[in-house]
Amino acid sequence: MDPFADTLRRLRETFRSGRTRAAEFRAAQLEGLGRFLRDNKQLLQDALAQDLHKATQLDSAFIRKEPFGLVLIIAPWNYPVNLTLVPLVGALAAGNCVVLKPSEVSKSVEKVLAEVLPQYLDQSCFSVVLGGPEDMGKVLENKFDYIFFTGSPRVGKIVMTAAAKHLTPITLELGGKNPCYVDDNCDPQTVANRVVWFRYFNAGQTCVAPDYVLCSRETQERLLPAIQSAITRFYGDDPKGSPSLGRIIGEKQFHRLQGLLSCGRVAIGGQSDESERYIAPTVLVDVQETEPVMQEEIFGPILPIVTVRGLDEAVDFITRREKPLALYAFSNSSQVVKQVLAGTSSGGFCGNDGFMHMALSSLPFGGVGASGMGRYHGKFSFDTFSHHRACLLRPPGLEKIYSLRYPPYSPRNLRLLLMAMETRSCSCTLL
Amino acid sequence: MDPFADTLRRLRETFRSGRTRAAEFRAAQLEGLGRFLRDNKQLLQDALAKDLRKLTKLSSAFIRKEPFGLILIIAPWNYPVNLTLVPLVGALAAGNCVILKPSEISKSTEKVLAEVLPQYLDQSCFAVVLGGPQETQQLLENRFDHIFFTGTPHVGKIVMAAATKHLTPVTLELGGKSPCYVDDDCDPQTVANRVVWFRYFNAGQTCVAPDYVLCSRETQERLLPAIQSAITRFYGDDPKSSPNLSRIVNQKHFKRLQGLLGCGRVAIGGQSDESERYIAPTVLVDVQETEPVMQEEIFGPILPIVTVRGLDEAVDFITRREKPLALYAFSNNSQVVNQMLERTSSGSFGGNEGFVYLTVPSLPFGGVGHSGMGRYHGKFSFDTFSHHRACLMASPGLEKLNEVRYPPYSDWSQKFITWALDSQGCTLL
Repeated sequence: MDPFADTLRRLRETFRSGRTRAAEFRAAQLEGLGRFLRDNKQLLQDALAQDLHKATQLDSAFIRKEPFGLVLIIAPWNYPVNLTLVPLVGALAAGNCVVLKPSEVSKSVEKVLAEVLPQYLDQSCFSVVLGGPEDMGKVLENKFDYIFFTGSPRVGKIVMTAAAKHLTPITLELGGKNPCYVDDNCDPQTVANRVVWFRYFNAGQTCVAPDYVLCSRETQERLLPAIQSAITRFYGDDPKGSPSLGRIIGEKQFHRLQGLLSCGRVAIGGQSDESERYIAPTVLVDVQETEPVMQEEIFGPILPIVTVRGLDEAVDFITRREKPLALYAFSNSSQVVKQVLAGTSSGGFCGNDGFMHMALSSLPFGGVGASGMGRYHGKFSFDTFSHHRACLLRPPGLEKIYSLRYPPYSPRNLRLLLMAMETRSCSCTLL
Repeated sequence: MDPFADTLRRLRETFRSGRTRAAEFRAAQLEGLGRFLRDNKQLLQDALAKDLRKLTKLSSAFIRKEPFGLILIIAPWNYPVNLTLVPLVGALAAGNCVILKPSEISKSTEKVLAEVLPQYLDQSCFAVVLGGPQETQQLLENRFDHIFFTGTPHVGKIVMAAATKHLTPVTLELGGKSPCYVDDDCDPQTVANRVVWFRYFNAGQTCVAPDYVLCSRETQERLLPAIQSAITRFYGDDPKSSPNLSRIVNQKHFKRLQGLLGCGRVAIGGQSDESERYIAPTVLVDVQETEPVMQEEIFGPILPIVTVRGLDEAVDFITRREKPLALYAFSNNSQVVNQMLERTSSGSFGGNEGFVYLTVPSLPFGGVGHSGMGRYHGKFSFDTFSHHRACLMASPGLEKLNEVRYPPYSDWSQKFITWALDSQGCTLL
């Protein structure tokens, strides 16, 4: 029996209700805290005295961004150059030494990174290690000063468990099922163009690709022909022959995806060819929430459509599930887009487009909840790979001034001390 | 056999040598990376093609700081009001609901926080839970959206391991042995005043107190009488009766500290009184690195002095050990202070001063390595307790402009896309 379960549930419900969002509410809470302190000063002092016999009567400061030391970067296979080198840039810029573990699944890139890249870098502070899951387990037994991992939530937990043993800080760029809400008020062809491009890019093997669509039945009927039209325009009548369509990375992933083709009903596509690890750009309809295609991150060129009766049901559907890495909302009404944004939580969000938010280096890229922790890109990379050390340098003299703070305390000393502290508006300096 | 051990050792040694620090070095590394990409563009494209058949041949953007949801704050006993309420302020300001788990060791404060505080807050989003290690362990089995823990590294590992099960991000404010280097070039009385005040404050039960002193034998001889003088001036001839000296929080810690009094040789103080859980402001000398007092965080009014032959040996001593939460260097020579700063790593650093930096709200407070991860205070608290969500609002129209990015790609559109992406920086696919 978990004695805390009820309490936690109550608080979670309140949070979901959105009660804590309004600035006025938060301010009221903080004011309550302030009144608590003012009203109960003596009570607290007495308590502190009982516990610890406390005495309760009061330069150049800067942040130095220092490298952590030895950083481990574990990269995935879907964008094996980008997702290896962009973190690497951040780690190097911050002054760290780096061990790179590229994915063994994208073998050809692994080879280039292992054999060619080191020749361009100072090899006393850079190394590439190779291997499969078992080897990675061994690497993780070592102590690192930072671990940067991109991959699935399942393996993210393994990495975090290993990091916990050495109290190593981590950034986990994970994944999830990225919802794509399509409002009735939209131009179906524009939406279809964008959704198709971002879904089938790299054969759907993108952590921020729209994973499934949420829309009304009416909108589904308008979307399907528009999606088919976009697919034909982008990839031709025989998509298999298009140079713009990627292939599935390996046998295992191909068979997994082939299995998903039997969920719901195929409305578009559905063909597959094992010899090429090809899966046609596919749309599934009439899918149940319990089917596999709605249980795991798809990571392939298959797009299920789930029908909902309206915005509220869509938001409810989304918030019942794990927080995704990306969330998309398409609508001509900016109000609707803002409502989806305000009613949900996700790593990143884009209104009326796909994962363009990733291309802006002024925006951080990272997940929340099951989709990850930490962020990078641009300056966020530098900050992620640095320890932000607070420094205060004081001159060695001027002791007469500082001796004010030493005991024994006269009432006058204490007043001066408190005044000195307050004028720095270091608000909460309770001891 | 660990096949990676040699590689890792080599890289660590290089890091310690400071080679990666200079901006020029880092720039050279990044330039190398750039040349790699330019020189091997075709090679990479071919490899990407083999692996994934990739096509390698293009609004209002803002960051929305959103509350995580349900925060768990686990607080310690040494500053039970401050270390509970300051994180709480951050969590509430960021819009979260909070479960507070105050320390059961500081019982009286626990009572006030549990019985009085909730009356001042909206109780549908705030609750205090009570209990000891077992109850806390059970509490940790639940899922939270962020866990904020202040305590020892040992328990920090337990908290992080529990957080792993739910992929919950954590902030761990831990501890360690905070070194205090005292240079030969200093005024012993000034240094002694500061070290004494910060060491014996709250009977030494402060995570950022100077834990031990590193200095030369000559400076030790000058410091000892100065420390005694400061102790007498601050706490009187009979420190036990001073109203400005705290007591040890409980029997367990008292006995632990009493045991440490047997390390090295007592140069100042050394008295203790079990009935009051009192330990006199104490200085130990001639301590060995292997003795208990130099193995664990002291967290009491005992200050060991370890003698070294100079700055280099002090830096070496410090860097051989776990990274501390705080690090102090006292010297009239700012070069020496800077050297100590540059050649070491710690949560935070004080030059010619103790932990006054805690009161500067523009400075973050947090550890590194064994002393912790994450930071808070002031705006850093708000940022710590928020998810920074990247948002991009594109237009639902203007589709003609987007068409250039859709396949099939002509040579021209390929070039255009590449150009559009390049102007945004490193956008490799």
